[in-house]
Amino acid sequence: MPMKGKASTAMTMAEKILARHAKKQELEPGELVLAEVDLTMANDITAPLAIRAFREAGGKKVFRPERISLVMDHFTPNKDIPSAEQVRESREFAKEQGIKLYFETDGIAHALLPEMALVGPGQLVLGADSHTCTYGALGAFASGVGSTDIAAAWISGLAWLRVPESIKLHYKGKPAPWVTAKDMILNTIADLGVEGANYMALEFHGEALESLSMEARFTMANMAIEAGAKAGIFPVDRITLDYLGGDGRGQWDITTADPNALYSDRREYDTSRMTPVVAAPHSPANVKPVEELAQVEIQQVVIGSCTNGRMEDLRMAARVLAGRKVAPATRLLVIPATRSIYAQALREGILQVFLEAGGVVCPPSCGPCLGGHLGILARGERCVSTTNRNFLGRMGHPESEIYLASPAVAAASAVAGRVAHPQEVVS
Amino acid sequence: MIYEGMAWIFGDDVDTDQIIPARYLTTPDLSLLAPHCLEDLDPEFAGSVGAGDLVVAGRNFGCGSSREHAPGVLKSLGVAAVVAESFARIFYRNGFNLGLPLIQCAEARARVARGERLRLDLKAGRLINLSKGELYSFKPLPKFMMELIEAGGLSALLRGGGWREACESGA
Repeated sequence: MPMKGKASTAMTMAEKILARHAKKQELEPGELVLAEVDLTMANDITAPLAIRAFREAGGKKVFRPERISLVMDHFTPNKDIPSAEQVRESREFAKEQGIKLYFETDGIAHALLPEMALVGPGQLVLGADSHTCTYGALGAFASGVGSTDIAAAWISGLAWLRVPESIKLHYKGKPAPWVTAKDMILNTIADLGVEGANYMALEFHGEALESLSMEARFTMANMAIEAGAKAGIFPVDRITLDYLGGDGRGQWDITTADPNALYSDRREYDTSRMTPVVAAPHSPANVKPVEELAQVEIQQVVIGSCTNGRMEDLRMAARVLAGRKVAPATRLLVIPATRSIYAQALREGILQVFLEAGGVVCPPSCGPCLGGHLGILARGERCVSTTNRNFLGRMGHPESEIYLASPAVAAASAVAGRVAHPQEVVS
Repeated sequence: MIYEGMAWIFGDDVDTDQIIPARYLTTPDLSLLAPHCLEDLDPEFAGSVGAGDLVVAGRNFGCGSSREHAPGVLKSLGVAAVVAESFARIFYRNGFNLGLPLIQCAEARARVARGERLRLDLKAGRLINLSKGELYSFKPLPKFMMELIEAGGLSALLRGGGWREACESGA
């Protein structure tokens, strides 16, 4: 996307990306804009509704099929006849409309689309899935919307958006041992609150993030929505560009915030003082040090999801589980986020580690995260999960409980049969 | 645009998993989903809510998943509007995109009890508690949101071809 001259006022990353897509020189938070969307995404739950809205709005032919992706990831591999029908409907729509970016059993959208370099710096990406904000890790403005918004973009290529205020987050210090990106973002959500960033964009900065891998950055951007944020955006650096690959580097529009841009709030976090944490039921902001919950016995551990189902996450869990056994009354479910992550973990012998420890490896899927399939909880059961939400009844029975944690804490908890600090397990 | 109905009361952080649990989302048919609306919080709600009734809730209503099924089932049950102290943003846009009015009014949450009769005057920005004889005011809706409600949602606005103008004419 060509730069349309220099903006006259200082802008945040979110403001710059939106201004460019709304073809405006400047804009202000609170303003309503019609913006050109680079890529949309819908899944097996939200695409069928979008298809209905598309038809209802009189849609015949989508605007630009190459800007549309459909990723079947929630109930896939199809768990029953109705979910198979939803996927069939989406598949047929893709065929009818010439949509090539249609994926089924390839993996979870928020891991898959970045892996394929289909999302990148400077883009405006909208997905009918609240965790679309994950792509902000690549310096995109990416936001979750509804199915009708997606239908509108299919028809017109456009979306209505309110320009968000931005909160600047600064992470300093060298992270303490066993403190991961998950712990950083859970601490941030606890500080901001579940609606502390409602209607706003988070901008992630600081020396503690500069050495973080893309995988760790995805984990953080992914959970921006748990503070209510519209987007969570990282600056683009060498790590971003290396992740996207050498080819086509020039295709990305690298956006930086102006030094004197206006932020509605600024927060600073010292990662050297953080400890591994767990978000206790039923809120991602209900964050406590692992030690405080060490008496909580668990029946299940889930390692996977769009938050923590990538290579680095699996390696971290395997490091804790290698040569150890999952506690007798505990189930360990590992769900690599994409097929290529699954294959890489297989090559590295990591899947073997999980299996020998007494765990089981499931196909790429959102799985139990939203109570779909592959590990639903019974009444009274408790689960330590590397997923992103611990809402009431999210993973099964309304009287079950979810404790959100990093892959290291999840793996240690699987060994201990209760919430555990990795240090208790790894000497 | 005046709506009159009974109040159903909910608390803070009512997420879309509670409005319509994902375990049922194997169909996009809202009439099949509607009987499960808010069932984990108030098992009576879906079976007893009447056309024109209003949902009154606390902070951050509709947080979590982007599923448009959530405002969709409320609307298909006949809920006229949701009045809350605040709304999570995806739910907020989804509600208006479907033509379901969402009103921010902290006073209603504090004063209204389950079963009381309410009258909502959208244009005037007034909510009247007929049972208690009280008046609560709220900020009138932005112009574009009002246009979405009047059109019956974004799909209707798109079909009519007027959405570009509606949006560009301001918030």
